[in-house]
Amino acid sequence: MSISNTQGVTAAEDARNKAAQRKLAVHQAIQILGMLPVLLLLCIAFHLLSDYRFFSLQNISIVMQQASINTVLGAGMTIVILTGGIDLSVGSILAVSAMAALIFSKIPNFGLLGIPAALLCGLFFGAINGALIAFLRLPPFIVTLGSLTAVRGAARLLGNDTTVFNPKLPFAFIGNGNLLGVPWLVIVALAVIVLSWLVLRRTVLGTHVYAVGGNPDAARLTGIKVWAVLLFAYAASGFFAGLGGVMAAARLYAANGLQLGQSYELDAIAAVILGGTSFVGGIGSIWGTLIGALIIAVLTNGLILVGVSDIWQFIVKGLVIVGAVALDRYRLKGSART
Amino acid sequence: MAAVQPISGAPESPPVLEMRQISKSFVGLRVLKNVSLTVRAGEVHALMGENGAGKSTLMKVLSGAYRADPGGEIRIDGAPVVIEGPQAARRLGISIIYQELALAPNLSVAENIFLGTELSRRGTVDRRAMNLAAEPILARLGVSFTPRTPVGSLSMAERQLVEIARALHARSRILVMDEPTTSLSSRETEKLFALIRSLRADGLAIIYISHRMGEIYDLSDRVSVLRDGGYVGTLTRDELSAERLVQMMVGRDLTSFYKKEHDAHHSRGPVILRVRDVSDGRRVKRCGFDLHVGEVLGIAGLVGAGRTEFARLIYGADTKLSGTVELDGKPVAIETPQQAVDAGIVYLTEDRKLFGLFLDMSVRENINLGVIGRDSLPGGLLNLKAAARRSSAAIQALGIRVAADTINVGALSGGNQQKVLLSRLIETNPRVLILDEPTRGVDIGAKSEIYKLIDRLVKAKMGVIVISSDLPEVVGICDRVLVMREGVIAGEVGAPGTPPISQESIGAMATGVG
Repeated sequence: MSISNTQGVTAAEDARNKAAQRKLAVHQAIQILGMLPVLLLLCIAFHLLSDYRFFSLQNISIVMQQASINTVLGAGMTIVILTGGIDLSVGSILAVSAMAALIFSKIPNFGLLGIPAALLCGLFFGAINGALIAFLRLPPFIVTLGSLTAVRGAARLLGNDTTVFNPKLPFAFIGNGNLLGVPWLVIVALAVIVLSWLVLRRTVLGTHVYAVGGNPDAARLTGIKVWAVLLFAYAASGFFAGLGGVMAAARLYAANGLQLGQSYELDAIAAVILGGTSFVGGIGSIWGTLIGALIIAVLTNGLILVGVSDIWQFIVKGLVIVGAVALDRYRLKGSART
Repeated sequence: MAAVQPISGAPESPPVLEMRQISKSFVGLRVLKNVSLTVRAGEVHALMGENGAGKSTLMKVLSGAYRADPGGEIRIDGAPVVIEGPQAARRLGISIIYQELALAPNLSVAENIFLGTELSRRGTVDRRAMNLAAEPILARLGVSFTPRTPVGSLSMAERQLVEIARALHARSRILVMDEPTTSLSSRETEKLFALIRSLRADGLAIIYISHRMGEIYDLSDRVSVLRDGGYVGTLTRDELSAERLVQMMVGRDLTSFYKKEHDAHHSRGPVILRVRDVSDGRRVKRCGFDLHVGEVLGIAGLVGAGRTEFARLIYGADTKLSGTVELDGKPVAIETPQQAVDAGIVYLTEDRKLFGLFLDMSVRENINLGVIGRDSLPGGLLNLKAAARRSSAAIQALGIRVAADTINVGALSGGNQQKVLLSRLIETNPRVLILDEPTRGVDIGAKSEIYKLIDRLVKAKMGVIVISSDLPEVVGICDRVLVMREGVIAGEVGAPGTPPISQESIGAMATGVG
């Protein structure tokens, strides 16, 4: 029987602790960087494959504009997925909001009303999703699957199933204008990301979003109003889909309730997942979603530049999404709990 | 039980398992430091240590779940082996029964026993052959279920027997049991011990992990102790004493383990919480009590007596069918936990991982979650400075051992996790704390710190309710004890005019005997 000596080890122990903390910090930095290396590698690869056409100022601007609407939808989707839910209805809500934006834009002298109309429209449908999920405790997948269909119908109803067109759209600058050379679409998307980050990481509400997603039972026992958090998440997702509607309408001067925003929800979900947000909730970051949306846009743009056919674009995009996430899981395996 | 002599002709028998100089690091944190362990055939070798001492990690290295750092060596029957994964461990005759049992509840007993080694005939699973082969194994264990019984319908104790049957089927020679009695009743525990002794007599080497001293005395031939990831020493049965074990585990003497510093008769003040006629229509029937300022009120009873259900009703976690709650003489409506917290009543859940902690959030966030709303700046912005201040103060006050409070709480040991959860409750500045199994799965050092904390709380004019299945704990720290049986309050001890608090008086009321 022996008892090991515990005296005189404090200095060595201290040094070891410090080294461990440094390693931990490096590890956390890698986690935060996430998919950024994949994005950069894709950019470089496409640049080389496309005879150096990818990294032109004009092409980068196009890529960012293509990513902008998906980024805005992805921001809302991030909040929802962080609570452990899903929102399948954002494409339909985008369509109905765009219809509302165009219809209100035709009011003489008050055409700018199209913007608040679209935002309120998105907020309204998002709040209905949220209320059904928070109060009736229905599963998010089913509720938003229902509104995916029903809201699409509402979008067609709004324009009597025709394309609404307004060549003198008063807020067309959002879709086609620049501010100091930066497209407005990109400014709006980045503003949404920064706002979402602020809410998620710097407010009580945001912390509660992570808590509800991480452990809903514990959240309730802690005294968090789980219903309020869920209502907020789906309302925010709807609101951002409404903003996406404004952006889409402004870009096209037109909206069609049947076609606009079809399967946008899938791109938004892909962006969130590529960004490293956990599908079960509680883990993830909004910056990851931005990178995820950019990866999708870079893939679309790059494959066209390289001249890959439309059919193969789908296949390659799908494989890259799965492959990137698999890589991500493999990378995170090192962080086992003790 | 003391009559059973250990069959330890063991010291002369050759070691079945030798682990030498085993180290393991995670992301640079060394959680095992040159640990050695020698286990002989036909012995029960207890492995003790506080939570976070490295017991589980060592066993995961043995089972192939983790790979040890280079430099160590594992020998079985004297021959060096490399354990590449759980399958390899099984082939080498190593079986581990974890706290959280790893069975498929939707499959039958026989299917679970043969999981991974299914018998087949012409490419299809041969259930009949598996059922037949399982029967003698189950007969040996003396079970009351058949090979065809679905595992989902078995009790915890029965599931454990299925795990043991699995190990016997694999012809295991080294059986590791990780706190096997946590969810067993005392009768089930005795049956399990009889089985362990018979397995030992058959020459199995059994590594037994437990926090309970009584079990260690009953069962073990030798005891090895780990502390902070290092090997401290091994005691033989003759050298065993509670003081010595505690001293080895915590590295210092623990005197006056249960000693109360507050004096109930002096500190006890007016009634702070009055509960009347609380029912839920199923498990809790018209229960009520008075809790005084500066008092530790115990609620004892058998598992399933309705204690946790009662507490959850008071706290608003479940819906009351009837009943009233008064705080400081004023009735309060508590329909949700949020209302309870606002009123100043907090509840520590008995299952911290399932219902308490946010394992993927940092220690700091976990400590602050109950108060970020109160601390917030205008516009609902987080008060990051207040959060950092609260967290470091709480870590100091409760002696939470953590390198930095930005680490996820899931990475902490059980005792430290419990202290984090307690900090969250205390930060809300409550009047009444309901602590459900406050020291479950917590090591001895943290246990005594939690007892001291409870003492501090009642001295600070709060009321504390402790629900516990650990009778020595109830006797040691409570001023007055309510005993629940089958959903009603069957009696009270420790108050004037009632029997004094003792394990016997509580036990008699809890079972309705005597």
